[in-house]
Amino acid sequence: MNKIVNQGQLEAPTVDALVDLLNRSGVPTTDVTEIKGRARTVAIESKLWGKAAAVASRHHVRWSAVWGEHRPPEIYVTAALAGVNGHLLLRTTVPDVGGELPSQTPYYPAANRPERYLHDMFGVRRFTDQPDVFLDERRWMRHQAWKADQHPLLKSFPVAGKPLDETPPDCEYVFVPAEGEGVYEIPVGPVHAGIIEPGHFRFNAMGEDILSLEQHLGYVHKGIEKLAEGRDVHGLARLAARVSGDSTVAHSWAACQACENAADVTVPKRGLAIRAILAERERIANHLGDIGACCNDVGFPFALVQFGRLRELWQRQNATVFGHRFMMDVVTPGGVTRDISPEHVTLLRDGIAQLRRELDELLPLLFEYPSLQDRLRTTGILSLETARRIGAVGYVARASGECWDLRRDAPYAPYDKVTVKVPHSVEGDVAGRVHVRGEEIYVSLDLLDSFLLQLPTGAIKTDFHPVKAACSGIGLVEGWRGEIVSYVALDAHGKVSRYFPRDPSWLTWPALEALIGGVIVPDFPLCNKSVNGSYSGHDL
Amino acid sequence: MFDVLRKSLKTGCLTEKLPVRDEAVSKAGTACQKEIARVFGKSMAVRMVDAGSCNGCELEMHAVNNGFYDIERFGIHFVASPRHADMLLVTGPVSRHMQAALKRTYDATPSPKLVIAMGDCAACGGEFGVSYASCGAVSNVIPVDAVVPGCPPTPLQLLEGILTALRRR
Repeated sequence: MNKIVNQGQLEAPTVDALVDLLNRSGVPTTDVTEIKGRARTVAIESKLWGKAAAVASRHHVRWSAVWGEHRPPEIYVTAALAGVNGHLLLRTTVPDVGGELPSQTPYYPAANRPERYLHDMFGVRRFTDQPDVFLDERRWMRHQAWKADQHPLLKSFPVAGKPLDETPPDCEYVFVPAEGEGVYEIPVGPVHAGIIEPGHFRFNAMGEDILSLEQHLGYVHKGIEKLAEGRDVHGLARLAARVSGDSTVAHSWAACQACENAADVTVPKRGLAIRAILAERERIANHLGDIGACCNDVGFPFALVQFGRLRELWQRQNATVFGHRFMMDVVTPGGVTRDISPEHVTLLRDGIAQLRRELDELLPLLFEYPSLQDRLRTTGILSLETARRIGAVGYVARASGECWDLRRDAPYAPYDKVTVKVPHSVEGDVAGRVHVRGEEIYVSLDLLDSFLLQLPTGAIKTDFHPVKAACSGIGLVEGWRGEIVSYVALDAHGKVSRYFPRDPSWLTWPALEALIGGVIVPDFPLCNKSVNGSYSGHDL
Repeated sequence: MFDVLRKSLKTGCLTEKLPVRDEAVSKAGTACQKEIARVFGKSMAVRMVDAGSCNGCELEMHAVNNGFYDIERFGIHFVASPRHADMLLVTGPVSRHMQAALKRTYDATPSPKLVIAMGDCAACGGEFGVSYASCGAVSNVIPVDAVVPGCPPTPLQLLEGILTALRRR
């Protein structure tokens, strides 16, 4: 089992080795020190943008993100690549009118949607010199709220836009058709049947079997990146806390980390420990809820009731100790807003012990229950090869044997002082994903115990001092869904000039498309829940 | 099978008189039931529409259905289609990309119908307001009977909000 795992992320080069590889392979790099944080940044020529991806993809380097930043008359484009010990940021510039870049998608399928998004928002066109590669020319985030020649993240585009009184529905998006005798289409959404977020799924099916699924997202695009511009860091933190409500702690931590790196603010140790406690509690709450919901999707409501019970008790404890059931707005620039009293340490530790006892009883019951496992096993398989090819992250990747976890690979404080175990499975099916999430709860419980036992003394926050000059920073946090990348640029007055949060869902939504072929239509909700991409975190 | 039954029996009945502000909420639930009887008959079917939410409100909608709150005991049931619904529970600032879908969902809901805007975003635009991408409050797009403030509203606040909407009928 270990052998399979070792061939993946652990064979990736270190960040420094990757830079050497690029330099030796005809992609000369120049170090850039502007973006502060735990990542190395190098500038490359824009015409070598595709070639750099080609070199990286040959060496197990994972593609993580791409984003733009308008500094007239140029667009600064940055891509994040993950090596075995952290991230390398590639940077280049293109003109803000008629700018174009060689696509990285031929080497990294994960870059496809983000590059289309880059075009929608900045007008940076992509092309490829690979003769046998087809590049998807369709828009991605843009529906009908702004026109094709308008790009909302250009500085000349007003935040109010020029919307019509009524934005028409997006009926003209062309889906890839499937033809053949007995093949039919099922359109679903944007308003779904359950209590979930909106998006459109287009299935091609034959009989009960799904032939293919195509996602059309962007329905909850509410302009988060544009709204961030001009806010101070505290306003940004409030916005970041609402990128994806289920990941409020992780996103606000990533955004604050980016601000703190940019402005050289050192968070007190106690503040960092409390952030980690919040983040692990968020991970556990979501895993509990989803394990119950997955089982319920195959008609096993016992698990929904039991895990719903555990989640509710957990959230009530959040409210008691941190004043909010989701711990929203507790992470703030410079630290946290709520301290943990000695009495609350005891309360939390009792809660941990109680949850561990419950799980010891409940999880084996699920994992061994034949009629439940019969439905979960071999359903929605994401092979290791596919997970690696599409660059999946989080439990979706780990359940297929690809074990990226920032808390272990490129640990940020306070994870640099603890050992983080990374559970994995090699099955890649729904059962594997449920199993991995169960195991991850135990890891988080152990981490919580150790953070609470060794809670540093001292302040929980420091003042976020005013910045003296324009600066930028990167935040990298392992949320419960996987790796979050957050980029923040501040101007000379300390106001946000650019905020880009890359939710892990960008890298797991394609996994759902990849694993659904051959699954029966009634098992789609189950597979969807087992991946659980965020619509809001993706749509921004 | 035996393990499942044993665990279920041991867990017992979770549904409780709501723990925080206990009396107020039991009262709210019972009052809801009375109002539902007056406005709709025996029960009320709710269709939720996420029109741009961050998903926080949706998580609390799941919570009101868990064993502790068990909103169905007050005759309130979440349904899959607006055509089966008496009430729309709308969350989020209305993104421009969801504007048409929200209006169509509203039109598909038979009268008499109630609309509740759940959460600060739905009530007033919240952190997002009106922009190139967002229409802001739900009332900017469809008529709203009541708003439930909170980010997100707790299960108890949601129940009280439903009661407020019913009382206005």
